[in-house]
Amino acid sequence: MEVCGSSNVSLREFGCEQSLLSRPDGSASFIQGDTSVLAGVYGPAEVKVSKEIYDRATLEVLIQPKVGLPSVRERSQEQCVRETCEASLLLSLHPRSSLTLILQVLHDDGSLLSCALNAACMALMDAGLPMSCLFCGVTCAIDTDGQIITDPTAAQEKESRALMTFAIDSTERRVLMSSTKGSFTVHELQQCIAVSQKASEKIFQFYRDSVRRRYSKTLE
Amino acid sequence: MIGSVCVTQSPVSPSFLLHFRTAEPLEYHRSFLKENCRPDGRELSEFRTTTLNIGSISTADGSALVKVGNTTVICGIKAELANPTVEAPGKGYIVPNVDLPPLCSSRFRPGPPGEQAQAASQFIADVIESSEVIQTEDLCIERGKLCWVLYCDMMCLDYDGNVLDACVVALLAALKNTQLPEVTVNTETCTPGVTLEKRHGLRINKHPVATSFCIFDDSILIVDPTAEEESLATAQLTVVTDEEDRLYSLHKPGGTSLSGQKLQECISRATARQREIQKLINKVIHSVKTAQ
Repeated sequence: MEVCGSSNVSLREFGCEQSLLSRPDGSASFIQGDTSVLAGVYGPAEVKVSKEIYDRATLEVLIQPKVGLPSVRERSQEQCVRETCEASLLLSLHPRSSLTLILQVLHDDGSLLSCALNAACMALMDAGLPMSCLFCGVTCAIDTDGQIITDPTAAQEKESRALMTFAIDSTERRVLMSSTKGSFTVHELQQCIAVSQKASEKIFQFYRDSVRRRYSKTLE
Repeated sequence: MIGSVCVTQSPVSPSFLLHFRTAEPLEYHRSFLKENCRPDGRELSEFRTTTLNIGSISTADGSALVKVGNTTVICGIKAELANPTVEAPGKGYIVPNVDLPPLCSSRFRPGPPGEQAQAASQFIADVIESSEVIQTEDLCIERGKLCWVLYCDMMCLDYDGNVLDACVVALLAALKNTQLPEVTVNTETCTPGVTLEKRHGLRINKHPVATSFCIFDDSILIVDPTAEEESLATAQLTVVTDEEDRLYSLHKPGGTSLSGQKLQECISRATARQREIQKLINKVIHSVKTAQ
């Protein structure tokens, strides 16, 4: 875990596997430390008439918790993931069709929303859907001493004074999505954004490496 | 020609404008934004008129009605006695709920609450928890045995955009208006006795105020969007701040990205808005007191 101020931002060990499911059009599992999310994408497929949009595809996001039924918290996370995906996907290329993204939480050990965002992006890539940019999720926690911890565990989240999750885009490294909890100052917010942008470099490099590894066999 | 529709003496006929608005809503809005104004005559960083009425529901323990332009939200607070949870025996709790009934807009259908209503409820719950507007310890009557539960129900009566801001103002004003009856616990029978005549107000620690923005065409920032502007915008953003300039929420559910400089603009506008709203609430409470 990392303390703000120094040049290298440390994230927990992360890993990913793409196209591990046979039925969905794209699937991926993303693991950050002990947090793990499985994502599946279906589409473009036929859309219900009530949900049809005449100039673009309808995106639906479902987050399934490990135990129990989705609650209000999951609904609010679904909204965050959906609007982030909508911003990066070129939905106008598939008018009057539906895309469904299902995120199954396998284990939650902190930074769940950012792990869900990463899994979503990998699954969308695997499905081969046209996108204007990639995105990744980074969670920052500010502990009681005012230090910034990137990619916190559940225990670190509990002890923190503020918790922020950002989605960063791959082209300009700007903030696509932001969801925060707890109280913080403007200065702390800007520090956290800067740290997240730095951390995003690592995740995008990982995206690049894993995709290269995957296609290196088929291309040769 | 399109650019000139902003000018009061416009050379285009009103019926043309109406058709233009229906046929090409996005172009219609763009033509105004190009001139740094909006279809309803506001500037980009101007709020609609906000009116506040407190104590509107006499049967509730606290209530407030807020109007931001046409958007109307009513908040009622109901206090009930309950057992504290095992995890927090010295605390009471607050249960917020935002309702967007079919009455307020054609976009909402009857039935269980939709995604927007649930996300709004979660947002309000997060603001209450993050800002600690009320110390939940204050709601405890007897440790481990008895506490208050505040059910804060916010209902939108007219949906014309920016419902989050209106909900936060309604909640804050209703909490300031809440009068809880005095409770004494009989030590022998362990039953609570409520004295309805003796009431006291809640201690409000912070005054969180939300300010919402819309981003148009990936670059133009407008404050306090109407329902039409919300549906045409590429991203939405809500900032919650208090009188000490601490931030409690930077809620941007997605959409197009935002530069650091624009974010700074949003935060300073939110700070100014917080002062305006706090002044408004104090003024209304003062006027209610002097009228009695």
